[in-house]
Amino acid sequence: MSKTKYILGLFADPDEMMHGIDLLQKNSVPIYDVFTPMPIHGIERKLGIKDSRLGYAAFMFGCLGGTTIFSMAYYMLVHDWPMNIGGKPAFAIPDFVPITFEWTVLFTAFGMTLTFFYATHLFPGRTPRVMDLRATDDRFVIAIDAKGNTPHEDITKILKEAGAVEVKHNDRKYVSYE
Amino acid sequence: MKTSHSFDEIFKFQGKAKSWSLIMIAVGVIGAIFSFVVFGGERTFANLLLMGYYFTCVCICGIFFCAVQYVAQAGWSASILRIPQAFGKTLPIAAAILLAIILGGLFITHTGLNEYGKQTTLPYLYKAWALKGITTPGSVNYDAVITKKSGFLNIPFFLIRIIFYLVSYAILGRLLIKYSENEDALGGMFNYKKSFNVSVIFLVIFGFTVPLFAFDTIMSLEAHWFSTMFGWYNFAALWVGGLSVITYTLIRLRENGYVQWVTEDHLHNLGQLMFGFSIFWTYLWFAQFLLTWYANIPDEASYFYLRWVPEFKPWFWLNIIINFLTPLLVLMSRDSKRAVKVLKTACVILICGHWLDYWQMIMPGAVGPQSAWYTEIGIPEITIFIGFVGLFVFTTMSALSTFKSLVPRKHPFLEESLHHHI
Repeated sequence: MSKTKYILGLFADPDEMMHGIDLLQKNSVPIYDVFTPMPIHGIERKLGIKDSRLGYAAFMFGCLGGTTIFSMAYYMLVHDWPMNIGGKPAFAIPDFVPITFEWTVLFTAFGMTLTFFYATHLFPGRTPRVMDLRATDDRFVIAIDAKGNTPHEDITKILKEAGAVEVKHNDRKYVSYE
Repeated sequence: MKTSHSFDEIFKFQGKAKSWSLIMIAVGVIGAIFSFVVFGGERTFANLLLMGYYFTCVCICGIFFCAVQYVAQAGWSASILRIPQAFGKTLPIAAAILLAIILGGLFITHTGLNEYGKQTTLPYLYKAWALKGITTPGSVNYDAVITKKSGFLNIPFFLIRIIFYLVSYAILGRLLIKYSENEDALGGMFNYKKSFNVSVIFLVIFGFTVPLFAFDTIMSLEAHWFSTMFGWYNFAALWVGGLSVITYTLIRLRENGYVQWVTEDHLHNLGQLMFGFSIFWTYLWFAQFLLTWYANIPDEASYFYLRWVPEFKPWFWLNIIINFLTPLLVLMSRDSKRAVKVLKTACVILICGHWLDYWQMIMPGAVGPQSAWYTEIGIPEITIFIGFVGLFVFTTMSALSTFKSLVPRKHPFLEESLHHHI
């Protein structure tokens, strides 16, 4: 039995890669993932990738930040130690707006960054999961899960036909863990 | 995805749209005359100024939109440029109407009470500084504060400034449209480069003069009060209002079988701009409010004091709800910006919202409170609004029908726009 885990088709041109996706889909070969060094317009729809839920996370973090600082300001300036500032009432809502806005933005930004790190398994100090190192440079890579996708020669042929400059049969999923 | 389109179609302004716009103009004219007789000239003129200003602002926004796209070298918008260009083409008409309203307001007079409660001759608009004898010591109308401001705020210089703003915007807008039409005839990059240069010049002039335009036309209605935020606050209203009108026009044209190359992606971009600049508008509104509220200096607080009387307070808060909460809640998610019906509704809400915004800038100072909050918006407001909507539709759609194609077909970024995807 073949030890190949993933078949990678490396393309030099994004249009040829898109053509490769079309050919694979026409031949009912499921695509595991596609890696490109730059964003390709319309590729999510083509691959049927679900919309990102990062926006919902951002919204929740924003609500959390706004609530946190508003409660804090209320506790400090109204409940615990009310002060007379310019004769204004202690619970002066307009004054609370700028800081509430700032913390909403702050929590949203940090929260989104952390969510993104969590979802993509990226974190400072951690080795990133990369299936082909040139996907971050000058190659457009289509990855196909080799298990169950046989015969491998046919997949290689389809990729070559679409214009792949190189087809790799990798025994390991990630090449970055050396 | 459809990748080839026919660009030969010419927009024809006819049928229902044309007759309805003419009916609306008639309603507006009758309404204005009726209001003048029944509700008084002051309220009628204030409403005319409101709609004349709004109309002019939307037309200026058309030019501003084009200029921003050229300077940013934006590709996505190339296929929708004809609609803002049609607005820009209408600017001379809008400017002439605004100028006529201002001249009428300044020079048609009536007798009434001045701010000291004495009987005198008043103009219908700008009574805060355009009264006869307001700078003459000893006159019943003498006002020391206005006298100090009169080096800037006097009728001849005021009119010179207004004419300068409007003429310079209209000429530069005209050039942009001319280059775009030449580009269609000749092709090549030559006209695009000229458009870029004219856009830069326009943005410099516009950037420096648009706050002054707002100071002169609107803020001087309450000449004792001033706010340096007011100009940018008005600019934000101009930009959001104009974007809503551009988006709404585009959606309506698309529904009627024109501009079929416009996709949800283009509308999504316009929705993003509407959403973003509504937040910007709120930011400026709040910055102006917070500082005034916090400092509580009588000179500054008088503006908000006038808007917090029972007759205006509900509208004052409604303004914030419509123009901040609606875009925030309706336009925030990606899906709602791509759902054409939702976006269309948001456009209508924002168009009405910025009418209310202008209304509460103008009415408390120019007219003052009526009997109750619900009589504040009545027949004069509604009929004159309808009239100007009809006028706007008639003039801009006539302008749009003069273009040989609904797309700048030799625009260098046209292909990018036709394949726009976000």
